[in-house]
Amino acid sequence: MMKKSIMKVLLNIFFIFLCLIIFLPLVWIILNSFKTNPELFKNSLTLPEHWQIINYVKAWNMGLYKYFGNSILVSSISLVMILIISSLLAYGLTRFYAKGSVIIFIIVLGGMALSEQVALVPLYKILKAIHIYDTYAAVILPYIAFRIPFTVFLMRSYFISIPVELEEAAVIDGYNSLQIFMKIIIPISKPIFASCAIVNLNFVWNEFLFANVFLNNKALQTIPIGLMTFKGDLRIDYTATLAGLVIASLPLIILFLCMSKQFVRGLTAGAVKG
Amino acid sequence: MRTRKITPYLYMIPGVLMVLVFVYIPVFVNFAYSFFRLASYSAGQTFVGFDNYRRFFTDDVFPIILRNNMLYCIISLVIQVGFGTIVALLLESKIAGKFKNTYRNIYYLPALISLTAVGLMFTFIYEPNIGFLNNILKTFSLPTGTWLGDSKMAIFCIIAMSQWQFTGYITLLMVVAFQNISTDFIEAAEIDGAGPIRRALSILLPLAKEQLLVCIIITIIGAFKLYTEVYATTSGGPGNNSQVLGLYLYQQAFLHDDLGMAAVTGVFIFVITVVLSIVQIKITRSGKV
Repeated sequence: MMKKSIMKVLLNIFFIFLCLIIFLPLVWIILNSFKTNPELFKNSLTLPEHWQIINYVKAWNMGLYKYFGNSILVSSISLVMILIISSLLAYGLTRFYAKGSVIIFIIVLGGMALSEQVALVPLYKILKAIHIYDTYAAVILPYIAFRIPFTVFLMRSYFISIPVELEEAAVIDGYNSLQIFMKIIIPISKPIFASCAIVNLNFVWNEFLFANVFLNNKALQTIPIGLMTFKGDLRIDYTATLAGLVIASLPLIILFLCMSKQFVRGLTAGAVKG
Repeated sequence: MRTRKITPYLYMIPGVLMVLVFVYIPVFVNFAYSFFRLASYSAGQTFVGFDNYRRFFTDDVFPIILRNNMLYCIISLVIQVGFGTIVALLLESKIAGKFKNTYRNIYYLPALISLTAVGLMFTFIYEPNIGFLNNILKTFSLPTGTWLGDSKMAIFCIIAMSQWQFTGYITLLMVVAFQNISTDFIEAAEIDGAGPIRRALSILLPLAKEQLLVCIIITIIGAFKLYTEVYATTSGGPGNNSQVLGLYLYQQAFLHDDLGMAAVTGVFIFVITVVLSIVQIKITRSGKV
């Protein structure tokens, strides 16, 4: 027993050591985001003399609010469209036993194997050709398209598990297929909608490759690309840049702390990185 | 259900169209582009056969790129998957204590921060004068470095940053996989007198091998899609010493206006990632993960 409790203490020391590795760089960033620039240059390891909340105000007013607004707009439209289009597609695939649905499923699923990099250059040309390059639609449409395969994949396996009896009762009540979808399938599928929303939000909110190429206009840029522009604009104002980084990182972290259960379920339902 | 024959397809059409137009067509067009010399600002394009491929494979930067992507891949496999799985096993051990979920969530936190924000944070951390790393080293009178500015060190600094960001993600995935294993197996092993290490090696790991394989695959795919981390820190520099496939593609297309070369790079990434992705989809579809 003695040996076991020593092991337990050692193991917890190890876990705490790992927590320190995670936290130290973050704490350093946060502390320095509250300093003046001369203070940062003098010694970056000390606590701030006076906490400069003004850095956060400066960062926010320097354009971060604009990038935030853009990110919220792009993410929410993409997210809603991803969920609607994918759930309709998954519904069509699973509840009708229609001819060709296996082939359609394989085609859609195959989209998961294709990476954004491979499509980058042609997409750029296509977006220019249809005159939506450098508009919100230039990132929203590719985001939706690239997230459909994965979302359909998750929703399909959920829809399959819904008992057919529920629908049969609804048919007797005179529901048509769209009413069944709206009034029966969607309400019982809330957990999978939540999981899909979270995984996709994590992707869309942080996406950089497409945003960097398809959004040139500063007024349209989302946070990840805005941060790069922001850093250029604030070249010498290091502490305000740090404050900006902190603000930009908060939303998803807060969301995670509030809904870690749904996060974990969503992320493990389908492991995809980057 | 009695419905018109066309009804199911009406539900499927919008999604299928989106995927075809914005995913499949660009990927096919990319293959075509790889045989042409073309620029984004002129309409002209000349068929050059395999010339872009020849230029790609004989480019002086190619060996550096391949080395960097491979380094990223191998180190990530060892640390994220290897070490991350060990941490997951420790978190799931009987003596982990009541804070194990808190630890797990803390380890996962960095994965929620955008790649650009992490990249910018680490440019400050690695900064030679004011940066966290050099200041800590100075405090302990250890030798300092120029890190991202050092042509030999730059790629390793980027790789280290990624390990910091994503090891906790793999740990999280593996913890959940271990928790999904029926306790019957573990109890049976205990009755047979298996110790914690024996339990890990002969019960937990074999029963979670599909998830482990998925972790390995997403790590390899991630390594060859690497882009933002390098863009936000070194932009491939100093020189081309931290250049990687994803960034090379971007720079060929939008810096050097050589879309053909970018397309070839895309084909190269496609060849590496597509097979791995199909294997991953197959495992995930089998429902074992």
